[in-house]
Amino acid sequence: MTDLPAGERQQLPPPAADTGAMGWLRRNLFSSWGNGITTVVLLAAILWLLAWFVDWAVVNAVWTAPSGQACRGHGACWALIHEKYRFIFFGTFPYEQQWRPLLAVIVMVTMLGTSADRRMWNRRLIWIWGIGSFLTFLLMFGQINIPLGLILFVALAVGGLGMLLRSAVAAAPEIAGWRTLAAIGAIGIVLRLVGVLPPWSLAIAPFSYVETGLWGGLPVTLILATYGLVFAFPYGILLALGRRSNLPLIKGLCIGFIELIRGVPLISLLIMASVMLPLFLPTGMTIDKFLRALIAVILFAGAYIAEIIRGGLQSLPKGQFEAADAMGFNYFQRTTLIILPQALRVVIPPLINTFIGFFKDTSLVLIIGIFDFLNAANQALVDPNWAGFPSEVYLFAAFVYFCFCFSMSRYSKYLEVELNKGTRR
Amino acid sequence: MATTAKHDLSHAPSVIELKGVNKWYGQFHVLSDINLDVKQGERIVICGPSGSGKSTLIRCINRLEEHQRGDIVVHGITLSNDVKNIEAIRRDVGMVFQSFNLFPHLTILDNLTLAPIWVKKTPKKEAEEIAMSLLKRVRIPEQANKYPGQLSGGQQQRVAIARALCMRPKIMLFDEPTSALDPEMVKEVLDVMIELAKEGMTMLCVTHEMGFARAVADRVIFMDRGEIVEQNAPEEFFAHPKNERTKTFLGQILHH
Repeated sequence: MTDLPAGERQQLPPPAADTGAMGWLRRNLFSSWGNGITTVVLLAAILWLLAWFVDWAVVNAVWTAPSGQACRGHGACWALIHEKYRFIFFGTFPYEQQWRPLLAVIVMVTMLGTSADRRMWNRRLIWIWGIGSFLTFLLMFGQINIPLGLILFVALAVGGLGMLLRSAVAAAPEIAGWRTLAAIGAIGIVLRLVGVLPPWSLAIAPFSYVETGLWGGLPVTLILATYGLVFAFPYGILLALGRRSNLPLIKGLCIGFIELIRGVPLISLLIMASVMLPLFLPTGMTIDKFLRALIAVILFAGAYIAEIIRGGLQSLPKGQFEAADAMGFNYFQRTTLIILPQALRVVIPPLINTFIGFFKDTSLVLIIGIFDFLNAANQALVDPNWAGFPSEVYLFAAFVYFCFCFSMSRYSKYLEVELNKGTRR
Repeated sequence: MATTAKHDLSHAPSVIELKGVNKWYGQFHVLSDINLDVKQGERIVICGPSGSGKSTLIRCINRLEEHQRGDIVVHGITLSNDVKNIEAIRRDVGMVFQSFNLFPHLTILDNLTLAPIWVKKTPKKEAEEIAMSLLKRVRIPEQANKYPGQLSGGQQQRVAIARALCMRPKIMLFDEPTSALDPEMVKEVLDVMIELAKEGMTMLCVTHEMGFARAVADRVIFMDRGEIVEQNAPEEFFAHPKNERTKTFLGQILHH
């Protein structure tokens, strides 16, 4: 082959001994006597452990039993899970109404699943989240009263955002529509404040009312994690941008907030939210315990997300900012069109890492007496009839957490590949 | 490269005026007493050793850098801290960077249409037509739907030129546009720039491509240590440099 002149030589396949399963085995597991023995010993240990686990968890397991007594002397007592699974999943939610939290979980998982698809990242997302959130809370509460003021505020916010975001690309009638919506909202709020409009509210009450104190289990974990992160994310972006601001006041406030929140444990923030916050509120005014926990999670996650996003912002070359400036973009356009899309792509892995962390950290709300999934599982152990089988319950809880966290981790991988299509150099 | 008939600029109006411009980086005096008058349609090449302040000078014109003393007037607008003034000037002044600075998350076409759509409020369809015609002009229309990372350096820089032209600027600033390119790609970028110069665009170009200066420049400016040391028409500048520093510099870059 080599006698051919340069440029006409054939491309050769790699040597056969290096490829294929046998080649891989020989190179990685049995390359020397020492490696060979280690491989065999470890393999034996793994098999032994696996056999023991299968024996305990499957072969000798008790799947149904009237009480914990019947499980003694056997393997895993899955009968306990069978008996308590509704309590573990839905906590103290009224028993005969538990189809509601079940439906709420299905709605939320569907909502999260569909909005994970990149093809949905357009106006459809607003509909998915609007309808999904409404259904979730309607199912959980059973009855929702929407005050007129809130409806008007939403009209103003949606109209205002429409005007701002669509101003460059929309036709005149559409802009006029947004403007009308915002105007109705603004005028309505003023009239409501002056007292011309009555304190009316829209009551939607298809089911019996269940207060947040009775909520528990998986829906609580999902609601805290989802809405905690959904609000913490834009809040974290604002904090990160504020921390890089040239205005000393904004910069100082953002640094102060981030450092203050990062400097204390989430537990102390939760306790503060549940014990101290009510002391500062005017008498007669109360904020729901669940909402306080949610706010604590948002503040805490926001500070962490801000620091991650700041890392992404700093990783962008200065030239990107300069090119945007040189073309006449204003700060808002530069940030939303050029800087953030790039910065967020860079920080997907650490961001999802934080999301996974917070999904599990929501279990800390047990400290202020909220029955999230792990806490409900914990409570299932208290029943004296079924005492003595903590491993089964915790394994089960761990499995459910793992399903959620592992899907997030896989999604992070998908997102990285999907968003970097074509942009890899 | 073809020699161009020098055009008469004596009656052309001034589009950029720098009067006594000074700038410091900390204690370092990067621009000292710069006076410069650029006529409409004039093509200026700025050269000089590294650290002489030539990039800083053109970056002051569209306010990527802030000068501390003196006045810069672009199209009758005096640069100040007023954001509206700065944005107005930037709409009229296009810039091409040494490192291209294309937006890597957008396709070539989106890179070109983003500013016209959002800054100039051009309808999307029209912006895309303009973008495609400019991509044809820089001879890469077939790359419109690729991402910057998939293009060669020379192609990326031609896209960057087209992107600046999409805003229909009256002045173009070039900050060492060929310095980051592999040698075989320099020519394709210079050809585009020469074409642009022949169409009468006002250009300020920081470059060491002396062939380009000979071919299209009306005036060559030599800067050293933050000052304009010498300026002249290219034939005079290269044939009879007057200042010692100019002679040393030309000796270093022309004969090696």
